[in-house]
Amino acid sequence: MIHNSTDVIIKTVARIFIPFIQLYALYVIMHGHYSPGGGFQGGVILGASLILLLITHGERVAMQRISENWITILFSLGVLIYAGIGTLCLFFGGNFLDYGVLAPLLHVSPAAARSLGILGVEIGVGIAVMSVMVSIFYNIARSGPYRNKGTTARRES
Amino acid sequence: MQHSPILIIIIPLICALLTPLVGRISRDLCFYWAVSALTASVVFSVVTLKRVLESGVIHYYLGNWSPPWGIEYVVDHLNALMLVLVATVALIAAIYSKKSIQREFGRKTAFYTIFLLQSVGFLGIVVTGDLFNLYVFLEIASLTGYGLIAIGEEGALLASFRYIIMGTVGACFYLLGVGYLYMVTGSLNMADVAALLPSLHTSKVVQVAFAFFMVGVAVKMALFPLHSWLPDAYTRAPSSVSAFLSPLMTKISIYVMIRILFTVFGQDFSFRMMPTATIMVWLGIAAIIAGAFMALAQTDFKRMLCYIIVAEVGYMVGGIGLANPIAIKGAILHLLNDAVMTLGLFLVAGIIVYQVRSHMISDFRACFRTMPFTMTAFVTFALSIIGVPPTGGFFSKWYLLQGAMIAHNWVFVTALLGSSLINIVLFFRVIEIGYGFKTLGDGHSDHEEKTVVAEAPVSMLLPALTVAVAILLIGLYNQPIINNFIQFAVPHP
Repeated sequence: MIHNSTDVIIKTVARIFIPFIQLYALYVIMHGHYSPGGGFQGGVILGASLILLLITHGERVAMQRISENWITILFSLGVLIYAGIGTLCLFFGGNFLDYGVLAPLLHVSPAAARSLGILGVEIGVGIAVMSVMVSIFYNIARSGPYRNKGTTARRES
Repeated sequence: MQHSPILIIIIPLICALLTPLVGRISRDLCFYWAVSALTASVVFSVVTLKRVLESGVIHYYLGNWSPPWGIEYVVDHLNALMLVLVATVALIAAIYSKKSIQREFGRKTAFYTIFLLQSVGFLGIVVTGDLFNLYVFLEIASLTGYGLIAIGEEGALLASFRYIIMGTVGACFYLLGVGYLYMVTGSLNMADVAALLPSLHTSKVVQVAFAFFMVGVAVKMALFPLHSWLPDAYTRAPSSVSAFLSPLMTKISIYVMIRILFTVFGQDFSFRMMPTATIMVWLGIAAIIAGAFMALAQTDFKRMLCYIIVAEVGYMVGGIGLANPIAIKGAILHLLNDAVMTLGLFLVAGIIVYQVRSHMISDFRACFRTMPFTMTAFVTFALSIIGVPPTGGFFSKWYLLQGAMIAHNWVFVTALLGSSLINIVLFFRVIEIGYGFKTLGDGHSDHEEKTVVAEAPVSMLLPALTVAVAILLIGLYNQPIINNFIQFAVPHP
């Protein structure tokens, strides 16, 4: 279990940094489709900001912000956004992931629909990657059943 | 039905993602949900097969980007057949899992989510025409496979961990191969790479890429010296998972190998410039001999089946390595047969585990009396593995033998016949115990009390019997299968 840090420097620096890291993550996600970056990179940065929160402020604070249940829902949702946008194109008569056909739905030109479509996919990927990163870290950090077993075994010996 | 190739993949994928929601409504609903998703997959793969038969190879461009840039799904005769096979095996395993997973794991929501994702991985590997996309699906299939194996009985975690290490090395090698090819050709599309490669055949980079591909795929298919992950993983896995994974993972890897050898690199490079054929034949022979003898040493039924798989992989790799049309036809037909036979045998193993609660051969006493239908199915599969005429196994072995004789490779002929003989010993040992001939010697009275076992539940029995009928049908209709599908996959020199 990771506890709330007692060091004021660490906590303050983290508190100042986390919003900017998250803002940067959103920038990377939003600009992914026409400049370097994208859902994966942005998602990793977003996940890193939550992990920073966890290691500086402890498990309890982090889990209050985003609980494990939410993480589970989010990583399903992220992939679902991706696959869902792709499938939506099938209903509009295009191939899978052919965002151009979404133009009538979004009231924009086909080129703009392509841009928006891939942006939607990037957002989905971002959510999925962020939540999977955090989920992995929760699983490692949390005092799970295996960890308990280990400590009792050591105490007995 | 223009979108059928993508629908095969997309329906189970979306259903997998929605399974947690379905699980919130009712856990038992997840089973029906997964079964209906896979039924849709089967329907669309049959539709795709029909389209391929009517109008030839199907190309499907994802996002409507044309091939060298976008991802392309290509369905020709070989993978149309494979798609139907994979989807059907997945559906049968899903139906079968209803009872056994309830007892062995219980958390159905999680199980069916991973199960559907696993099917997506397998189907994706088969349908794609893009080297990197294939890697992505290979990883989906492998990662979900590790998860499914880890939920098994005691020792499954360790077995799964060993599989992770080996499997990841294999996938890395495959990815390195893709990377090297991308370095020299700048393309990831199989057909495009194949068109660009002939002028680069002498390049060392291409040769290294080829070596990486072959070793990577060999790890995934558990070719003999690299097979060590397989027996533990499939023995410890829950019965429905071993029935799902063992027929598919190895066979799909062989499918990938066929694609790399013939579609991407082409037989001129694979067989004339590189000594692949010789290496494959000898590794195949080694796998057949080693697999057969190690199977003979097992007292655990599932473990014995695992070593039989190792030997069967040897048949197919060796058959392709013989590099003549008849042997390759035999190898591909055996791919189909072996998937069906292994599925059937693991279904039977699972039924016995469910009823007797053990997969040691010595606990099979009097199974024939208590479970006549299950054991009838078992005998059918056993005869097919041995290679007795009306079953499918005979015909593919016959082609392989003919191919080996044409290639004058008498060692392969001997290994193949020898392992068939060992298979007879293997299965008749089980049948003998199953009939109860061997119970007389050692205090059978207390065993009689233990074996108050009835026939298996219908949801488990029906899949096993269906597969038993299927293996007979494949045997009887082997000629149409070869003429309509397999001969298109065989390169003609």
